[in-house]
Amino acid sequence: MPIVHIITEQSRPALASGTRLSIDRRTGEPVLLYPEGVVELSPTAHAILSHCNGEVTIGEIIAALAAEFESDCQPIREDVIDCLSRLRQRNLIVVT
Amino acid sequence: MSYRPYLLLAELTHRCPLHCPYCSNPASYPTGNELETADWQRAIREAAEMGVLHVGFSGGEPLQRHDLPDLVAAARAAGLYSNLITSAIGLSRARADELKRVGLDSVQISFQSDEASVGDRIAGATAHAKKLEAARMVKELGFPLTVNVVLHRENIERLEQLISLAEALGAQRLELANTQYYGWAFRNRSVLLPTREQITAAAQAAEKAKIRLSGKLEILFVTPDYYTDRPKPCMNGWGRRFLTVNPVGDVLPCPTASEIPGLRFDNILAHGLAWIWEESEAFNRFRGTDWLPAPCRNCEFREQDFGGCRCQAALIAGDAAVTDPACSLSPYREKLTRFVESCQSPGAKEDRSSSTTGGFSFRQNPSG
Repeated sequence: MPIVHIITEQSRPALASGTRLSIDRRTGEPVLLYPEGVVELSPTAHAILSHCNGEVTIGEIIAALAAEFESDCQPIREDVIDCLSRLRQRNLIVVT
Repeated sequence: MSYRPYLLLAELTHRCPLHCPYCSNPASYPTGNELETADWQRAIREAAEMGVLHVGFSGGEPLQRHDLPDLVAAARAAGLYSNLITSAIGLSRARADELKRVGLDSVQISFQSDEASVGDRIAGATAHAKKLEAARMVKELGFPLTVNVVLHRENIERLEQLISLAEALGAQRLELANTQYYGWAFRNRSVLLPTREQITAAAQAAEKAKIRLSGKLEILFVTPDYYTDRPKPCMNGWGRRFLTVNPVGDVLPCPTASEIPGLRFDNILAHGLAWIWEESEAFNRFRGTDWLPAPCRNCEFREQDFGGCRCQAALIAGDAAVTDPACSLSPYREKLTRFVESCQSPGAKEDRSSSTTGGFSFRQNPSG
């Protein structure tokens, strides 16, 4: 599948190879680990990344999170696009 | 204030098939036996409990330890992100497969040059072709690959070729690491230190490449502190974020701290890792800012560079507790500057390349 750089609701995001979700045992908070670095994740970012398996689309992730948090899609859409765009820029996720 | 470690550097052995003259291993090795597998596994578990997130398996050459997969597995079980820092010598397909299977996360391979003849001469071994092969295999297995090149007077003019090499290998990260002058590198510094002109050109080439390759290949280039006015924030502060366990189990605030005369290190065979981090003399000696000498004590940069590097202060000024001589405010800066100026004549370079060893004092392995 071609790798694309623009994130849309049809994009299928996945964690980049060599990154791994883990828990910071000192704080109990979720983190994303990658070579030589760590991103401390907010609960929202962690929830978003937990859905990024390369199979489901961003649109489907938004719908799933809206159901999970009993919220409207619109604010969640902004969070998801913003979070994934920033991680994409740092090559921590790939989208197809 | 209480600090927590993020990275454990596990120096599994000082044995290495290469003999690079810029190695930062101590020029005099610690005495004693290498740790047993179970001791390393315990150290890894304790590190994770303390909040460590990354473990770097290093050396020497970590592949010289046949129990490396057991240690990687321990890191994975403890939730740590593991990175193999290797020359790639000894990385057969079977070993790479096994490391992948037990959960190794990433691989960093050193290159001495983009050219086999130069690379092999600097390494003191036939290595370059094996590195190329190993790097391709690492990519095939889906590991993220970091290429590390230690820069010095003989290879720094080939920065663009080195960048092309990393690009061709599909690396996602390239560390263009100017030699740090400790250990063997300090012994060889008069033949290793690039000229000011070389540094300026390299910095410009690195900057251009960073822009060109943005989003594809992350490039790190840091101007060596012999050429800066401000010292580096060494280890992000003593005993703040990093800990190193050396092959015999001594725990050090930085990999080269054993060169500081009079500093005593506690060993994981005698104490728990958390006790050593919190309580030991070595970790507390230069921790925080209370110990800072003048002019650091009142300096506006004291929380940015923490007084610089203790090992460099010991090596250049003969006292680990003074301001890093790389700082323009250090009374010892002039001594460093005189050395830097003595390396600017282009003449020295021709003299050196006419000798077979290039004037290097090559790194030797520990005896026994």
